[in-house]
Amino acid sequence: MNVRFVVNGEEREAEGAPLERLLDVLREQLALTGTKEGCGEGECGACTVLLDGEPALSCLVPLAQCAGRDVRTVEGVAALPAGRRIVERLVAAGGVQCGACTPGIVVTAFALFERDPAPTRQALADALAGNLCRCTGYEGIFRALTDDAEQPTVSPARPGAPAVGEAE
Amino acid sequence: MTAAPGGTAADAPRTLADACRRLGDDPNLVPVAGGTDLMVSDRLERSAVAGVLDLTRIPELTGVREVAGGLEIGAATPFAVLRSHPAVCRRFPALAAAAAVVGGWQIQSRATLGGNLVNASPAGDSLPVLLALEAVVVAAGPAGEREIPCAAFHVGYRKTALVPGELVARIRLPDPSPGSRQLFRKVGTREAQAISKVVVAAVGRVGGEGREGGVVESLRLAAGSVAATPVRLRAAEAAAVGKPWSPETARTRLAEEVGRAARGEVTPIDDVRSTAVYRAATLERVVRRLILDLGSPE
Repeated sequence: MNVRFVVNGEEREAEGAPLERLLDVLREQLALTGTKEGCGEGECGACTVLLDGEPALSCLVPLAQCAGRDVRTVEGVAALPAGRRIVERLVAAGGVQCGACTPGIVVTAFALFERDPAPTRQALADALAGNLCRCTGYEGIFRALTDDAEQPTVSPARPGAPAVGEAE
Repeated sequence: MTAAPGGTAADAPRTLADACRRLGDDPNLVPVAGGTDLMVSDRLERSAVAGVLDLTRIPELTGVREVAGGLEIGAATPFAVLRSHPAVCRRFPALAAAAAVVGGWQIQSRATLGGNLVNASPAGDSLPVLLALEAVVVAAGPAGEREIPCAAFHVGYRKTALVPGELVARIRLPDPSPGSRQLFRKVGTREAQAISKVVVAAVGRVGGEGREGGVVESLRLAAGSVAATPVRLRAAEAAAVGKPWSPETARTRLAEEVGRAARGEVTPIDDVRSTAVYRAATLERVVRRLILDLGSPE
């Protein structure tokens, strides 16, 4: 089936079986490889995207349900000032180690900050309960996303910095 | 939501009647709501599915509605809505509690109450709550609507009472009698994002002279992950109802009798998530604790 939907603000088209995973469509047809496949079973949160503004696991979203919907991936989130800020805070606070979970963390945190600009540690832990990180022990992530006093030192205008989500 | 630019958005059914008609015309259509179980189902070859019936764009199937004596919840209402819905939180706190621990945020924003029922896993977190609340499932199909008590909905391991062509339309929750408590406990490998090893819900009331010494006036207990289907723990209920409750008995004799009865009426198995022995022992401990909590100050 052919499906048209909006991805990161642009109208896109994809082709596939009705139960094709949105994750595969994003990575293989639309070349949006910022979204990572962790477990592929809906357990780890690495493939989180925003579906009509709500965090969803793209490995569990069938293509057939995407028609006419608004999808925002980590590429789209990180292109917004609020998303960029999350990325920089994670980098500055050591909230990234292997990086496999990071795109999902960025997208989920973005959705949380849209609803609650200054979440408590508990609210953050609740929001990120579905995003597994096996490297950081979460402390760097919590530090990055709860401590407003410690602003990142990475400049948003750093020349030559790769756009988030460009790496495989 | 963005206006549908094409694809199948315009094709998705917008009414329950239309969804039922389409399913009647093409029994091979696979109904999909949140998809969180379906997309990883070992009973389905995803690439072989030629057509789906999208249940997420039918207003009748989503939302919480006031009805005489209770609430009705559209089958395709996601858990994220239920966990924060004011009427659900106030009148059915056990359901709100269950909704808050079904996976993480990403699962809760997609997974639905009707999907939890139809997927029919013995570990479904909302199912013991629906049993303890004596919820009624309203199914819609070619012959119209019919009501199925929740206790008659799961007829065997991952089998439901739905007949081909039927969909769950909504779930009716009757308001429990005034003064009753609702309790929910889930035991998993970790606090969040875990499938239950044991999950228990209780609805009951301790009456009498204050909370220091009373009688268990009513109790409905149900559990998941301890048998082929979610189960009402009727022997445990019988062991509790009419018995004197005090903080002392609720720690000793009453708790022991009810916990032991619960353990004796379930048939857990060893599987990838836990063992039969652990599940039985944990159920007993959880039920004992619920008996204490039932009459304790909130």
